[in-house]
Amino acid sequence: MQQVFKRPTSLKDVQTHFCPGCHHGTIHRLVAEALDEFGLQKETIGIASIGCSVFLYYYFDIDVIETPHGRAPAVATGVKRARPDRFVFTYQGDGDLAAIGTAEIIHAANRGEHISVIFVNNTTYGMTGGQMAPTTLLGQKTSTSPYGRKPQVEGYPIRMAELLSGLDGVAFSARAAVNSPKNLMDAKKQIRKAFRYQVEGKGFSFVEVLAACPTNWGMNPIEANERVGREMCEFFKLGTFKNTAEL
Amino acid sequence: MPRIEIDELRCKGCALCTIACPKKLIATSEHINNLGYKPAVFEGTEVQCTGCALCAEMCPDVAIKVFK
Repeated sequence: MQQVFKRPTSLKDVQTHFCPGCHHGTIHRLVAEALDEFGLQKETIGIASIGCSVFLYYYFDIDVIETPHGRAPAVATGVKRARPDRFVFTYQGDGDLAAIGTAEIIHAANRGEHISVIFVNNTTYGMTGGQMAPTTLLGQKTSTSPYGRKPQVEGYPIRMAELLSGLDGVAFSARAAVNSPKNLMDAKKQIRKAFRYQVEGKGFSFVEVLAACPTNWGMNPIEANERVGREMCEFFKLGTFKNTAEL
Repeated sequence: MPRIEIDELRCKGCALCTIACPKKLIATSEHINNLGYKPAVFEGTEVQCTGCALCAEMCPDVAIKVFK
């Protein structure tokens, strides 16, 4: 009898600070599995952001640089240009990438930097207490939209994967989810493809992963997991929006 | 026979593995672990478990090992 499922070597054997049912842990594992698969553990520089994803350096057994809020793609640009032989990826949440770091991500993508971006979208600011994010769905109650998000007041949710796919510098843009085994297998493939783009020097790659935030949504883990499939996948359609090299 | 091992000390009791198991062989236990959560327990038999590893894939805390 052999072990058919084990912790990837790029992921440290430590307890995470994530709440029960938070999808960050799952997405961390998928990224670590992809790094292992390409044999990149020793030559990867991960760029951590601000938010619940801030402790990337505690959980990944790779080199990690922690950046100011939203600046991960700018720092990744510098790292990749200084050390083009290294594999560079950023791991950012929606408050980080779609709000505070909108300028950085759009210009890094438009310049076609040879980096990979993992964007975790849970429609809220997780770490700071569940405030409204640009990705918050219409009608969703958060601590700063207590009556539900209204388009007249707070505008519409941003679809980052589609938005970035419209830029010429982007080589690969996709959206996936990890709420069911089927979606999770698909997410695994999309992350692998995004990493392949960088490994083969084919340009900027972006994967948005829909995630649950049970604590700030006021739900238990099972309900939050169901909400991803029921509400989020309805608005944020899963799929590949740009795949220039057709990997 | 395929089997799974749940690391009770790492489990946060989110129960995502219980809905992932196609044969519904995992349940949430009644006792509380060192983190204060009710950990998942395997309630089936080795004969029933196919070692598909969907429970382990869905576990956000990488608390499940699968042997086949």
